[in-house]
Amino acid sequence: MTSEQQQVAADQPRTVGLLAEFATQDELIRGARSMRTNGYAELDAFTPFPIHELDDALGVRPTKLPWLVLVAGLVGGIGAIAFQWWTNAVDYPMLISGKPLFSLPANIPVTFEVIILAAAFTAFFGMLAFNGLPKLSNSLLRVGRFSTVTTDGFFLSVDAKDSSFDEKVTGEALRLAGAKHVEPLTEEPNPSAMPRAILMGAAVLGSLALLPPVIIASARSTTSDKPRVHNFFDMDFQPKFKSQTSSRLFADGRAMRPRVSGTVPRGSLQQNASYEFGFAPGKASSGEGDGSETATPQWVKEVPMTVSTELMERGRERFDIHCAVCHGKAGYGNGLASLRALELEQGTWVPPTSLHSQHVIDQPVGQLFNSITNGVRKMPAYGHQISVEDRWAIVLYMRALQRSQQASLADVPTDLRATLREMN
Amino acid sequence: MATAELAVNPNLYRRPQESVIDGDHNYRSITDTVCKIVERPRPPQAWYVAFAISSSLTLMLFGLIGYLVATGVGVWGNNAPVFWAWPIVNFVFWVGIGHAGTLISAILFLFRQNWRTSINRFAEAMTIFAVACAGIFPAIHVGRVWLVYWLAPYPSQHLAMWPNFRSPLLWDVFAVSTYATVSLLFWYMGMIPDLATLRDRATTKFRQMAYGIASLGWTGSARQWSRYEKAYMLLAALATPLVLSVHTIVSFDFAVSQIPGWHTTIFPPYFVAGAVFSGFAMVVTLMVPARAYFGLKDLVTPRHLEVMTKIILATGTMVGFAYAIEFFIAWYGGNGYEQFAFINRALGPYAWAYWTMVVCNVVSPQLFWFKKFRTTPWLMVVVCVFVNIGMWFERFVITVTSLSRDFLPSSWGYYSPTAIDVLMFVGSFGLFFTLFLLFCRYLPMVAMSEVKAVMPKPDEADSEARKLRLRPTPAEEPAKPEYVGGGPEA
Repeated sequence: MTSEQQQVAADQPRTVGLLAEFATQDELIRGARSMRTNGYAELDAFTPFPIHELDDALGVRPTKLPWLVLVAGLVGGIGAIAFQWWTNAVDYPMLISGKPLFSLPANIPVTFEVIILAAAFTAFFGMLAFNGLPKLSNSLLRVGRFSTVTTDGFFLSVDAKDSSFDEKVTGEALRLAGAKHVEPLTEEPNPSAMPRAILMGAAVLGSLALLPPVIIASARSTTSDKPRVHNFFDMDFQPKFKSQTSSRLFADGRAMRPRVSGTVPRGSLQQNASYEFGFAPGKASSGEGDGSETATPQWVKEVPMTVSTELMERGRERFDIHCAVCHGKAGYGNGLASLRALELEQGTWVPPTSLHSQHVIDQPVGQLFNSITNGVRKMPAYGHQISVEDRWAIVLYMRALQRSQQASLADVPTDLRATLREMN
Repeated sequence: MATAELAVNPNLYRRPQESVIDGDHNYRSITDTVCKIVERPRPPQAWYVAFAISSSLTLMLFGLIGYLVATGVGVWGNNAPVFWAWPIVNFVFWVGIGHAGTLISAILFLFRQNWRTSINRFAEAMTIFAVACAGIFPAIHVGRVWLVYWLAPYPSQHLAMWPNFRSPLLWDVFAVSTYATVSLLFWYMGMIPDLATLRDRATTKFRQMAYGIASLGWTGSARQWSRYEKAYMLLAALATPLVLSVHTIVSFDFAVSQIPGWHTTIFPPYFVAGAVFSGFAMVVTLMVPARAYFGLKDLVTPRHLEVMTKIILATGTMVGFAYAIEFFIAWYGGNGYEQFAFINRALGPYAWAYWTMVVCNVVSPQLFWFKKFRTTPWLMVVVCVFVNIGMWFERFVITVTSLSRDFLPSSWGYYSPTAIDVLMFVGSFGLFFTLFLLFCRYLPMVAMSEVKAVMPKPDEADSEARKLRLRPTPAEEPAKPEYVGGGPEA
């Protein structure tokens, strides 16, 4: 080396290593092995595709990435289970069809997906982090020859940090190891510098991204005297009439339409009022019986159907279906729904009346029928779901129930009294 | 007899490992073949024509979405009792298409099926584009799209409540979004080394910078490769159960409800088989013209196509079996409503759709029993187009026939789509092909580094070892021993 060349070398940036090119992958593997045998430790190979022999030749240790992925998957899974439990069973208990608030099977799909998502993110970003990527600027990428590394080039580098590194000696060793070309790697002039275009682009995008939140924040925190903007006008102002409003469409100016004359609403046909409503038309003339709204109706006193065992059994069946859930099978107002509501201490719950209280016993059958048909206090109306016959059957069965709870031994036929004693 | 020979050459009687590619290729020629598609200054004229059509359809799709958002979902034909209709049919159809990519890249990777390297990038890209198309439909189906964030589990003072994590529709959101994310990660990670190739070959500053950023500074160091391969294997292992879970959970949208014809335990495996079936059909449909057009015939060989047609045949037969089992269960289960639902499917007002589905999905793939159909590219494409038509109809039949005959006979009806329905579905194809054409133009279509890792070493070109690995040409193929007895070969 002449002194002139030395002068040039001094001006050049510091050498950080040597890069050797090999002709084939087998020569690269042999070269890496021989360099390692020569005592070099800071070696790295560069290839267009993974070559597993190199791991052994360079002493590449297995990555810890799988453990990290396992931990991420476990954390994701436990987190997902805990989150679902907390949101659906604790913070906002969601009771669906009486199913348990938290049950594993229904929560497994989301848990599974979160496990996979957490693990996959960790595998990808963990790989990048362990590999030191992204690293857009690299002294290797400034070597012209190195651009073949992603096509068909096979390279080996020795880092200057290696204790036995000496540019000349190491270069010779690389050539002896089979390298067809060796050249020094020089320090990056300014490793953290970003191209101007990227910086400008990032600045522009960053400031544009700030606009929407700023606009939303200013709109939310200021007032305006302009009328409200209706983006979906037909949703805010729907072309429809509400009850008790006017309309120019009809001659009478009303939006609500009166019943067409000569028609009867469903369930209002009065062919036999006593049978269908439980009271006779007109008002009872009791006390101040002036036909006012508060007057007591003329309740039917007798079940207006042929009383038979079949009707009684039908009544029992219907009672057990429709009434027993609240009133209890024996009619004491202790049905399962009521017990559950009392257990939950639900403030709005009105306990159902015992059918054996005196004021119920005293009611005429017509009044009982009316209560089933139209409801009473919190009890809903059942007229639309239990037919007239069945309602009378229930009333009949209720009378039998009441009788059974007020009975004395005298009511039991003599031939059954012995059996009754045995049962008790 | 040949013990001495065997001692010298232990591979003597071993079946030679078949090469995954054809032609006399070395590493550089692989790179050239794949990169020149991306690097030519102008794409061929046909690309422009195709792009003009598909991007106009995409614009139409977005225009229609705007119209739908401004007007309401009433622009669709969805109405009582068929509230799911086309948007959900299209969603399930596109998600199904998106199953081949990750199956090829993950499951075939774990099974060490090296032939996958030629087609995995292509199929994964297709997966991502199909899932993008799929995601649009449920998103706009919610009605008030601008409030869609209410579905997310975020602490909100306004709502003061959480989503119901026991609802199949919520599972579906998690399944499809996880699948889209993981597929994207998998696809991008596999592409990093190839993007670095494009960076290193770039001739303009802009390309160098764009591919440089996208390849994240990849140098191909042995240490990078070691961690990269481990991460790739992990992602494959994670994506394998994921790809099976996606359509399982999509099928839960139906199977967990109580509608006759939906409430069946066969749905998860049946949906997954159907998804793989339609996904592979779409891969073949696009691969055949792409390999011919972009000069990839050496990398995507007739053998690749033949293997894919065999998978289509297998999954198509599974789907046909599932159709039969549905009827068997309806009969064997003794439930009159279930029986009605299936008899109504085959003989009711939608019988035309049902039999279209059966012909396309069950009958047409059976043609792949014939070697001619498995080896003639244009015949494959014809069959695969039928398969995709059939798979769309399968989802239509499942969704619409069951809903149009719900529990209340007074509300039974006949569903008809509106023009908006049809145009939106056509528009989703536009979006799919637009993304696909952009992919062909700007990204490496074949995983070069993966092909190089499994191809024979070029320096063995003249050696015995390379001859052994190459597929023997018919002339060299050893004569088959003659069969004495009868049998299929005779």
